Amino acid sequence: MRRLHLPSSTLARHLLGAALGLVVVILVLQGVSDFRRFQLAEMAYLGIAVGGLTVLTGLNGQLSLGHGALMAFGAYTAALLLPDREASTPLPLVVLAAVAVTLVVGAAVGIAAARLHGPYLAGATLALAVAVPGIALYFKETLGGEQGLRIVMPDRPGWAEEATFFVTGQELTTAGWVAFLSWSTLILTYFLLANLSRSRVGRRWRAVRDDEVSAQLAGIDLGRARVSAFMVSAAAAGAAGAMLGLAVRLAAPSSFTLTISLTLVAAIVLGGLGSLTGALLGAALLTFLPQVVTQVGTANGLSDIQAAELAPLVYGLVMVAVILLAPAGLFGTVHQAVVRRRLQRRATAAAAAGGPHPTTPDSPDAIGTDDTTTTEGVPR
Amino acid sequence: MQQLINTALGGLTQGMVFAAFALALVLIWRSTRIVNFAQAPMAMVTTFVALVVIEQGYSYWLAFAAALLSGLLLGAFLERVVVRPVEGKSEINAVILTLALFIVLHAGAAVVFGNSYRSFPAPFGIRGFEVGDRTIALTGFGVFRIVSVLVVMALLVALFRYTDLGLRMRAAAFNPEVARLLGVRVGRMMTIGWALASVVGSLAGLLIAGGNLVHPGYMDSVVVYGFVAAVLGGLDSPLGAVVGGLVLGLSLAFVSGYVGGQLVALAALLILMVVLTLRPGGLFSATAERRV
Repeated sequence: MRRLHLPSSTLARHLLGAALGLVVVILVLQGVSDFRRFQLAEMAYLGIAVGGLTVLTGLNGQLSLGHGALMAFGAYTAALLLPDREASTPLPLVVLAAVAVTLVVGAAVGIAAARLHGPYLAGATLALAVAVPGIALYFKETLGGEQGLRIVMPDRPGWAEEATFFVTGQELTTAGWVAFLSWSTLILTYFLLANLSRSRVGRRWRAVRDDEVSAQLAGIDLGRARVSAFMVSAAAAGAAGAMLGLAVRLAAPSSFTLTISLTLVAAIVLGGLGSLTGALLGAALLTFLPQVVTQVGTANGLSDIQAAELAPLVYGLVMVAVILLAPAGLFGTVHQAVVRRRLQRRATAAAAAGGPHPTTPDSPDAIGTDDTTTTEGVPR
Repeated sequence: MQQLINTALGGLTQGMVFAAFALALVLIWRSTRIVNFAQAPMAMVTTFVALVVIEQGYSYWLAFAAALLSGLLLGAFLERVVVRPVEGKSEINAVILTLALFIVLHAGAAVVFGNSYRSFPAPFGIRGFEVGDRTIALTGFGVFRIVSVLVVMALLVALFRYTDLGLRMRAAAFNPEVARLLGVRVGRMMTIGWALASVVGSLAGLLIAGGNLVHPGYMDSVVVYGFVAAVLGGLDSPLGAVVGGLVLGLSLAFVSGYVGGQLVALAALLILMVVLTLRPGGLFSATAERRV
């Protein structure tokens, strides 16, 4: 389908981007300490989840407050498949299983959610976020209750060790391996999401977001578009959950509280809805900002526990500011400014040539109407 | 039999608190068409204000009044300064804004008051009454919970039905344009709506806190239960919110008593899903079904 409806250059561009991304990731992971590798793995799994949520909210206009809970399904699937060293399932299979399970859950939630709007959808997914940790507590025997389930990483494959040693002359550490896995998954996920959003499916999602009635008149099944968007986004959350499980070697209810769901929403707002670049930016902020802010806090005489709360305080305040002042998000606002300047330059050039004036795009009223994947130089 | 009665009584007292919280959500929904997801942390902050007053050595009732007053001011302040710019704009912005407030109030309270559990006193006994030689699950504080929510409901009904202010508030919520033409100061009515809702939310916070431990997250699940209760009632009807709260309180008490306390939130989710699927306008929607 992709080939039919997209110029091959888009696919080629995305492939090239993915390959370049992989090279950059390998180079960066080489040069940093194990602590940074762990942080980068964290950024990658958050980035996968945020990317999925970006597609759902930015492209389809559905806001989910339950994506943290969906990540739990991925992590627990991984934990059940990797209970000990003997039963080690191949990692790609683990990730696929996590994606499949979350896809099914996403379909169930999506079908119920497809009829809901704005605050109702937010409320229902909020209920999901609060309810899911309880399931793990209730089925204590299988899911480990409060302590959760340990995840045993299978041995690192020989080729990875050899390749690492061949390229860098260093041993491959566990942190390096996990970070490499997470980033490969992130790149694959973003590659698929980017292509999907450029395809007919993505155009339908946007059409439903922008104007339901017109979309319906154009023959789009609203429910189907909404459910499919929710499923794709949930699948990404599942992959993210599996990666989280591998990184922290544990699937426990305390990792999937309401806080992480709200944090993901904060990330998409900070990054700017509708763009995967913004999603990655949001994930980076989530990973690296707390450390900085917490250090500032303790340096100014706060206790550790108090300082740890400064980071969410900053996210929250920035979220308020973004909604009130820059509804396109940080990345979106910058992008808009760039587009506007480009258009202005074109307008001056056209005026000099005596041609018609292209109009400048209006700043969008609602968050989510900014769509950097469709506005590349062309005002909607 | 005794367990049945105790479960029902527990559910009733719990349901009354959900009702109060749902009432707060309904008040804001009616006046500004916003579901205030920040209601729970707002109530949590005012409860901490009360705790500070109590820890200074003042009486419970002074702390009670301080919490309600700070709720009034907080609600009015947030509506006027933060929420006003997104009112009447796209739904998703309003939802995200109240979530941002949720995060800010939560983290702010943890920075100011600390993140530990602290016990909150109750003004009345928290031991069950004795009927004959048995102890039932109704406490002095439980009675206070029920009575105070009933009083607040009666006051709100009186306000909306019999006072000029209530009439203007209803007009502003029903049709802001026309109300404005008729000389109603719509913006002020919305501020009052938020302030009132915040007072009711603060009451719910105090009622939950009494005799329990409080910390910055102690109200978080209540926002879900309050929302479910409000949706059961249709989000538009104060009476519906109260009935929804009681229905939810009872159902959850039975789930907790007979299935397992861990599944209470899941049960709330299921109830919400069933109601929204069967009657998107809520159980009390008298008018044509609204598209949700």
